[in-house]
Amino acid sequence: MRRDAQAVVLLLLGGGLLRLAVTGDYLDYVKPSALWLIVPAGLALITVAAVTVWDVWRDRPEAGHDGHGDPKVAWLLLAPVVGMLLVAPNALGSYDAERSGTAVGSEEGRAGYPELPDDEDPVELALLDYAARAVFDEGRTLEGHRIQLSGFILYNGDEPQLARMVVSCCAADARPVKIGFDGEVPEGLEPDQWVEVVGVYSPRQGRDEINGELIPYIEVESVTEIAAPDNEYQ
Amino acid sequence: MHGQQGNHSWHTRPPEACAAPPARGLYRTAPRVPQNGDVSQDVAEHSDTAERAPARRRRGLTSIEVLALLLVFGLTARPGLVELFGEAAAQAWMARFVAVMVQAVPFLTLGVVLSSAIAAFVPAGFFHRVLPGRPALAVPVAGACGAVLPGCECASVPVAGALVRRGVAPAAALTFMLASPAINPIVLVSTFVAFPGQPEMVWARLTASLGAAVAIGWLWIRLGRTEWLRLPAHRHHDGGRWAAFWSAIRHDFFHAGGYLVIGAAIAATLNTLIPEAWLAPLAEHPVLGVLALAALAVLVSMCSEADAFVAASLTQFSPTAKLAFMVVGPFVDVKLAAMHAATFGRGFAVRFAPAVFAAALGAAALTGAVLL
Repeated sequence: MRRDAQAVVLLLLGGGLLRLAVTGDYLDYVKPSALWLIVPAGLALITVAAVTVWDVWRDRPEAGHDGHGDPKVAWLLLAPVVGMLLVAPNALGSYDAERSGTAVGSEEGRAGYPELPDDEDPVELALLDYAARAVFDEGRTLEGHRIQLSGFILYNGDEPQLARMVVSCCAADARPVKIGFDGEVPEGLEPDQWVEVVGVYSPRQGRDEINGELIPYIEVESVTEIAAPDNEYQ
Repeated sequence: MHGQQGNHSWHTRPPEACAAPPARGLYRTAPRVPQNGDVSQDVAEHSDTAERAPARRRRGLTSIEVLALLLVFGLTARPGLVELFGEAAAQAWMARFVAVMVQAVPFLTLGVVLSSAIAAFVPAGFFHRVLPGRPALAVPVAGACGAVLPGCECASVPVAGALVRRGVAPAAALTFMLASPAINPIVLVSTFVAFPGQPEMVWARLTASLGAAVAIGWLWIRLGRTEWLRLPAHRHHDGGRWAAFWSAIRHDFFHAGGYLVIGAAIAATLNTLIPEAWLAPLAEHPVLGVLALAALAVLVSMCSEADAFVAASLTQFSPTAKLAFMVVGPFVDVKLAAMHAATFGRGFAVRFAPAVFAAALGAAALTGAVLL
């Protein structure tokens, strides 16, 4: 690849990263904190592209080693450009959640479960937080509160479950947290539909067939369909 | 993926012949590492003559034209592309692939900028003065220095390449490369957070990783051969240090980045295809569990700053197995092996990966037995 082509690829990569940062779509792939890496890296790549264009334009004699271009493997860098700019895949959803075990085990060693606020009704909780309190603290802090959870629907056989992907670093390591519904659940919920669930703690628990971890349940009061949030991961 | 072969004969060919395959010229490999300064000067002279007139007229499509065609094709074919990746499995694969790239490219950029700065601005004798002269002593010092580079493995590989080029003993540079993604403060803090109430996990990770990294350095002093290392030659040029800096960035970024794409694609594939249910039966077994998580670390190619969280969530496995996951991962995985091949040559990568895997596994098992 010659320098002029390299400049274009650098521009596309850097621009692609900045576009993800500006549109907020980066949240489909990485943690919010990665913004502070993506933006400088995007700017750096664009700077390198600009310097390269400047060199080509001034027709500097092959300064350095890019006379004939880099090895052909460099062309592969078009793949992430296609991925970021053309395909732009959605955040991981029910397809992956149905194929991996619930990640509640990562919370097993948690130091404490602070009391939930009494002046909020319902109390909004993250799925992982609810699951950890239910599984490892026997729901002690959950009792006496109405709880509000939001996540997407997945089907374990015929049984609908509420799930959310937990991301440690990037979406490649995303693992689901799953919660079962106790009581009346509206019929006909589509997989991947985002819902807001209000309910109370249920002592019922099931097991994830995939990794044998416990799946807590929630006694459902209402299920409302909502739009997917900006950051679909937790 | 190519370009390493044929460089020996290249020197004997007449200069005109070099110009024939347009895309092959740049990635010349220097036959011997420490002396590659003079060799690359030689390379520069040859190709400067080769570069001129005849090549220009004979070439077919230039890369910029190919690129333009590809982009036009990509844009017109976009509806088809979107449809192709509309399938849930393909969509999930693409999301994982893009995720790995979006996470890794900033670290790769950081590493490439650092390594290019070392190559362009650090005087050649600097590391000789700083590091102990005896390689056996330089290895542990380099390992401890690994604690300073706050990045993950994508950053440390190009930096190690730049260190070797600047005359650092390969043993010390390799130890630095292995130690830095495993024991830097960010990684240790994330391990501490991921294992609340188990600070011994942090100590075990630090001890096992540093121990294995130093062991590999010493092993290299005994058994390593410099001819295994084939660093892509950086040619000398007279554009000054800044010109050297910018062209080193371009060169290293496209080189390591291309291989990173291969690694990311493999990791995304394995992550999408390996059903987790396969792992569960192995968890109970004390030895198989450790081996299973060590193998998993190689396959999923996780960033070292995040692997502690994933290790912590694999609750069915023993603490030693989790430790093996965290020690092996930053040392060798499919993404890293591809980058090692890019930076040091394939002959090096195929010998290095098994040695490093064995060292990391051994260190993790030993440390696990003592500390956990």
